[in-house]
Amino acid sequence: MTEEIRAQSYVGFDSITQQIEHKLLKRGFQFNVILVGQTGLGKSTLINTIFASHLMDSKGRFTADEPVRQTTEIQAVSHVIVENGVKLRLNIVDTPGFADQVNNEGCWDPIIKYIKDQHSAYLRKELTAMRDRYIQDTRIHCCLYFISPTGHSLRPIDVIVMKKLSEVVNVVPVIAKADSLTLEERENFKARIREELIYHNIRLYPFDTDEDEEEEIQLNESIREVVPFAVVGSENNVIIDGKSVRGRKTRWGVVNVEDPNHCETHLQDLIETTAQIHYEAFRSKQLLALKEGVNARPAANTAQQ
Amino acid sequence: MARPSAARRRSKVKGVQFTIMVVGAAGTGRTTFVNTLCESDVLRHKVIEDPETAHVETGIKIKPANIEFEEEGVRIALTVVDTPGFGDSIDNEFAFQEIMSYIERQYDDILAEQSRIKRNPRFKDNRVHALLYFIPPTGHALREMDIELMRRLSPRVNVIPVIGKADSLTPQELRSFKKRIMEDIDHYDIPIYNFPYDVEEDDEETIHENRELRAMLPFSVVGSEEEVEIDGQPVRARIYPWGIVEVDNPQHSDFTRLRGAILGSHLEDLKILTEDVLYETYRTEKLSRTVDTDDRDSQLLPEDLVNQSVILKEEQLRREEEKLREIELKMQRELNERRQQLLAKEAALRDLETRIAAQGSNTSY
Repeated sequence: MTEEIRAQSYVGFDSITQQIEHKLLKRGFQFNVILVGQTGLGKSTLINTIFASHLMDSKGRFTADEPVRQTTEIQAVSHVIVENGVKLRLNIVDTPGFADQVNNEGCWDPIIKYIKDQHSAYLRKELTAMRDRYIQDTRIHCCLYFISPTGHSLRPIDVIVMKKLSEVVNVVPVIAKADSLTLEERENFKARIREELIYHNIRLYPFDTDEDEEEEIQLNESIREVVPFAVVGSENNVIIDGKSVRGRKTRWGVVNVEDPNHCETHLQDLIETTAQIHYEAFRSKQLLALKEGVNARPAANTAQQ
Repeated sequence: MARPSAARRRSKVKGVQFTIMVVGAAGTGRTTFVNTLCESDVLRHKVIEDPETAHVETGIKIKPANIEFEEEGVRIALTVVDTPGFGDSIDNEFAFQEIMSYIERQYDDILAEQSRIKRNPRFKDNRVHALLYFIPPTGHALREMDIELMRRLSPRVNVIPVIGKADSLTPQELRSFKKRIMEDIDHYDIPIYNFPYDVEEDDEETIHENRELRAMLPFSVVGSEEEVEIDGQPVRARIYPWGIVEVDNPQHSDFTRLRGAILGSHLEDLKILTEDVLYETYRTEKLSRTVDTDDRDSQLLPEDLVNQSVILKEEQLRREEEKLREIELKMQRELNERRQQLLAKEAALRDLETRIAAQGSNTSY
């Protein structure tokens, strides 16, 4: 434990937090997420539900003359969402065609390549002598992997792809359309998936690092217990008890997306997890930037506004 | 539904034999459907013992199971052929061919039996009369897998598309989904079993009934092996926190209509179509092929589609062989060159030797 020193006179670095916050507010947060899963698993709906806005259209086949996709395509769409003055630059990458063919051998290659390319592009920009002060960050911060709600177990392709993805990106497994499972089926399914993920050594976010404090380890543990997230998405509103909530209306009842009994895992948890992922990536970037800033100006002294 | 009374009496005593095959990826509700249909645990659910085996690609396993029961006073000896493992591999091409082979093998067996001089009176006819294909409830339209399977198998067996786990869709989503599936089936010219009727020959009732059933395609089913009490009566249902889905309630699922059709009103029709049309077509093809083996024109579409992948693979192999041959030739050429070089060097050395020897002998003089 290093001793904390109290400086003898006011130095002025306590305003650094304000500086960072100011810069953040101006520039906004960047968050890039990639969605991986077969068509029809609820990817687009989930994103639109999480961010409570219509950000993406489903890339499924909706008319007979639309041809069947033969390979996995990568399609990115960008949005800027503002909430209480905080800007969020969102980059959503969809992967239509993934695992939709009869022979799906290698359908994950375009995805892995894309993720790696973003990393190399960023690195290249960072290493150039004359680089922009602010580099456009297209690196993928988080991958939402969609598991089909079969109620049985992971399929061979799920195991292979999640394993490969976890080596290049933070993977968060999600069971969308969870309303097709009863609560009991859901619990059994999740338990079995967790077993399989552990057996195959698939590293999922969040993972503990040596730097984490007790509090963070606890938080990570509690998140890990809920993974995979079983969620129900909806862009439509239904009236329950006089209130308008997001939900799905069927012939036998109404599913309330915001009710923790229905959509058992709160969307909040998913948002928090991904916010954490984002924060961590951002944090390391900022620290790197600070370090470089100090190195670049060795004569730096008092705080600048 | 007009069956001659003599036949009806016969079937009441002996029981009618009927074979259905259920095809669909894991988790589409196949096993539960069969168990719900037969009102008993005919098929066992996939039991995953430990995580080590769960992900292993087992490939497709075709397993027939027999069960007998009564339907509207008629004894039915039902054979259900399950196909666990379909659609779960990364490359599912093999599974397709397995299913096709199974169906054709039953036809081959009967063809062989019919051609015997002394026939076996106890020969069991295992031809598949109906194939129920379970489409996963994506809500979009058909995937390549769905289109390919139905297209390849329809010429050999009566294919009836079914949407399993239909309770994951709202009524509106289900309506749009069904409509899009039928549009796809139409667009890709897939000859599924669509409750055919003849406007001129059939009576009003039959026409009406068939029209109704055709409009319900693909059937959206919900299966359940559990019962719950509603108004004091045990009801097969699925219990969610937001409501209860009743299997036999026609508002919630097409299960009852489908069951009534394939095990009742249209059982005979499905059998007749299989025996008189699908089997006869296969038989004609097979016999004419053995007679005229070079005649490529008599090959039907399903053969072509199955053979196409074989032909593609053969071409790939041929190309690879050519490449290997080229590499071989190159290596041989290089070897030859080196050999020539070596021989040249040897010759030069020998030359040098003789010259030195000559010099030596000169100086020694």
